[in-house]
Formats: sequence, structure tokens, C-alpha cells
Amino acid sequence: MKNNGGSANKEENARLATKELTLNMGPQHPATHGVLRLVLELDGETIVKCTPYVGYLHRGVEKLAEHRNYLQVLPLTDRLDYISSMSNNIGYCAAVEKLFGIEVPERTQYIRTIVAEMTRISNHILWIATHALDIGAMTVFFYSFREREQILDLFERLCGARLTVSYPRIGGLKNDVDAKWLDDVYKFTDEFPKRLEEYETLIDKNRVWLKRTKGIGVISAEEAINWGLSGPVLRGSGVPYDVRKFMPYAAYDKVKWEVPIGKNGDVYDRYRVRMDEFRQSNSIIRQCIEQLPEGPIMADAPKFTLPAKDRVLSDMEHLIHHFVLITKGPQTAPEGELYVATEVPKGELGFYFVSDGTGKPYRMRVRSPSFVHVSALPKLCEGELVADVIANIGSIDIVLGECDR
Amino acid sequence: MEPLEIANKLRDKFPLDVADITSFRDQVFVSVKRERITDICRYLNEDQDIRMDYLADVCGVDYPEKKFRFEVIYNLYSLKHRHRLIVKALVPEDNPYIDSVVPIWSGANWHEREACDMYGIVFNGHPDLRRILMPEDWEGFPQRKDYPLKGPEGREYKGFEETKELHTHDNEWNIR
Repeated sequence: MKNNGGSANKEENARLATKELTLNMGPQHPATHGVLRLVLELDGETIVKCTPYVGYLHRGVEKLAEHRNYLQVLPLTDRLDYISSMSNNIGYCAAVEKLFGIEVPERTQYIRTIVAEMTRISNHILWIATHALDIGAMTVFFYSFREREQILDLFERLCGARLTVSYPRIGGLKNDVDAKWLDDVYKFTDEFPKRLEEYETLIDKNRVWLKRTKGIGVISAEEAINWGLSGPVLRGSGVPYDVRKFMPYAAYDKVKWEVPIGKNGDVYDRYRVRMDEFRQSNSIIRQCIEQLPEGPIMADAPKFTLPAKDRVLSDMEHLIHHFVLITKGPQTAPEGELYVATEVPKGELGFYFVSDGTGKPYRMRVRSPSFVHVSALPKLCEGELVADVIANIGSIDIVLGECDR
Repeated sequence: MEPLEIANKLRDKFPLDVADITSFRDQVFVSVKRERITDICRYLNEDQDIRMDYLADVCGVDYPEKKFRFEVIYNLYSLKHRHRLIVKALVPEDNPYIDSVVPIWSGANWHEREACDMYGIVFNGHPDLRRILMPEDWEGFPQRKDYPLKGPEGREYKGFEETKELHTHDNEWNIR
């Protein structure tokens, strides 16, 4: 044990032995947000070394993808970051569309932006709820899950699923949105900023919250870039890198929004960045609904996209087309390699495809933000206290399904 | 700078090491020999006109029928200049070694561990090269093309050595 001086005299100090303690945290630990195992070497309560162990949720998505055709890989991407599956689907579809050279209709781009930002809100709600719960503020959880439930209900009405949605399709969407649904989303965005203020009154200037988050887990801008961090974790250090601005996809270049950044790179700044992202997402959704153009939702690419259902039921050629695509999948793809990144709520999600010209990806690499963020966890934790590990894990917002793939 | 310009500049700087430059859908890929990979990466990172400060990803690819069986792919991005370049290092099967780029980008650490875990590519100078996703005593490299998707009986995971005794104990009690 480390002696901090004070009342104990010198003889007593000499008698007490000092030794390092190894503490195992996880994989079954509620505050590790999944099956993350940390081995902490402690000197007193200070962390000398932190070693993360991952792989408990390894399902081999990259290997599985090599044995499935492009249409069949889509549901696998739901299960990467299972609390923001819509964003993964969109990232996957965007990558495959670029590989195939498919132009997606404008209406689809807008709808994808709407649902992606709804996912960002629901993901950040889950993050603030659990992060605050870990640090000891329980009420935020009850308040924020009320709003998350509304978003999940809206998803259910849209596509029938709440969590693993598989709503986007290569070249378009499963189905169009209706006016009633859009009205309800718009109503939600009317209400949501008020709810957000409620969360903030609970913790924003709370003394305990500030003590637990300010100056904890500091990472400088240079280090954050060097470690390859992305998303709110990188922006908390003051780097305005956002894939939506740097390499715009969907309708992000057609709406007005800003990239919120922090200054100090500590847990509090990462919290502030995400709270500001809530507002930006809210505003993006509103603008997209206001500007939503009319038009088709599926691209004109018969080799890869399914024909309209009413045509399938009335027309021989379309029935055959549907049958072949469902049973055998796309037969050809352009030969080549490419990397396409999208901004999911946790950071930069990239898909790297190697295509050998067949209907199956030769290699699909998933560059997942959580994997990179967990690798930087020792950097954030070392030299701090055990209790700060919990705050740090919360602030990097990881999902182990995405980390292990 | 345009990615193709960077690739040409790299070829002028390392004429013997750059094997091939290809491009697909506006992205440029440079194949390089593995021997001087750290020099190439350091140059790309430190040259102020190129300044690849952000290593998005490192991964392996397996081509069993090619002369160089493995490729290690470095996905480089510049936050300063907003350009991307993908560098592919060629690694042969019989001697699958390549130098680690962790001294240049700390973020390469786990990506290289994963490439080692999945393909058996060894990264010289890596600070902590252990298996990462698979159990520590796993045999074989799951993402190689000759590794089956669903293996025969012998390939399945049997548990850690230390716990095998416990498992036989379970059998006596008809637990499994």
C-alpha cells in the first residue's frame, strides 16, 4: 500500500510491506458495457498497468462474409454495433454501392440521413444513461430511456424491428416512409431539445459529476490522432474530424450543421461533445424532413436490387429476376478494392472490400471504432484511480460486439 | 495533393521498393516491398506535403495462389490535407515477417495483433504480439483461405489445458 504520510510514523511504515496488487475486472462486470476484461496492476488505488482482453464476442464476421453473397452480408452488419445497427447497415450499403457503382436516389439519401441521425440520438441516449449510471447518477437513466423507447417504437413502425433493423438495402431501402411517420418524427424533434435540457439540469453542473469527469482520462489532440481515435472521442480533444464533413455521404452536404468539438480531451469534454451532437442530430433530422424530395427509393440497378413487389406478383420476368437474386444472389461484381468510411455514433466505421469479380466479397475488412478505442484504454487509464476506469470506459462509448466482430 | 501525385512522389523517392500503382474508384493503391516498410511509412508520415497523420486501419489479405501470399494493407489518411492513400506490402508465405509500424502510429498496435492472429503474419518490433481475438492456445490462422469456415471435429476448441481435468470431472456427473 502506498503511504501518503500523515499520522503513521516511520517505524510503522517500515513494518508494512509494499506490494502491487493485480485486479481482474470483467468479463462479467456491469460497468464494462459488455464482455470486456481488464487486468489492472495497482499501486494502492493508482493504476500502474492496464491490459484489456477482448475477443469474447468474436463471431468471425469478416470470415463469414467471405462465404456469403453481398445481399446476405447485410444482416451480419446489424450485429456489429447492435445498438446502432441502422448506421452499420448504411455504412455497409454505401461501401457496396460504391463498389458496384450504383447511384442511389436522392429521396433515399435523405431518408438514410434521417434514420442515421435517429440512431445517433438513440445511441447517445444509451451512452448517457449508462455512463451516468456508472458514475452514480441514476435518474438520467430513467429520464433518457423514455426518449429511447420513442425512437425504437418509430423504428418498429418503419421496418418492423426495433434493434437489428436491416432497413437499408443495397441501392435503396426496404420500404418508403409515410407521411404519418414523418409527422411523428418531426413531433419528436420538437419535444427532444426540452428533454435534453432535463438531462443537463441533472448532471451538467452537478458537483459530483464534475469531480468525476473533469481532468480525467486526458488525451491530447496529437496523441488522439496518433492512436487513430475517431468520433466524439477524437473531437473531445479538439480535432474537428468528422467523416460526414470530410467525406460527405448521404445528404450530409445538403443540410446545415456544425461539428461540436471539445478542448481539454477529458471525460467531461467528451460528454459535452456528445450532448452537443444530440442538438446537431435533432436539427439535421428536422432539415431533412423539411427538404425531403419525392421520387423513387430504389436505384435502377437490376443486377443487384430486387424488383418492386407488385411487379413480382404480376409479371413473369420480374418473378424470375426476384427468384434468381434471392436464391443465388448477385453473380458478378466489378473487380477491385476500395475503402469507404461512414460516421457511426461511435466514430469512423470503415469497410474495406477486395472484390475478385464474383458475387461474394473476397475479403471484407471492418474497421470498427470500438476496437481502436479499447486499444487506447490503457493510455487513458494508466496513472489514474480505479474508479476513473469506469468513467473512462463510459466516455469512450464502446460496444464489444463491434470491437470483436 | 491528389492521391496519384503522392504515389508518384513515393515512387520517385523509393524507386526500388514501389512495385505497382493501381487505382479504382478514385482511390489509389501502392504495392511496396516489405523490406523498407517503416522507412516508407515514416516518410509518408513526416513529409509535410503528404503528412499521413492518421492510420485508419491495418489488415491482412490472403491470396494463396499468388507469389507473395499475403498483403498487409495500410490505410493512411491525412487530417491536415484530407487525402487518402492505401499502401499494400507484399509478404511471402515461407517467411511471413514484416516490420511493425507501431513506433510511427501507436494505433497500429491492435490492428497488427489482429493480422497476426488471423493470418500468422509476424510483425517485427511489435511491443506485445499475442493473439487478440482467438484464445491464446488456438492453433491455426482462421482467416487464411485454406482454413475451413466450419472445421472438422479436430479443429474445434477443446478448452484450456488447465481446465481439461475439470471437464472430465463433469462427465462423471453426467453434466454434459
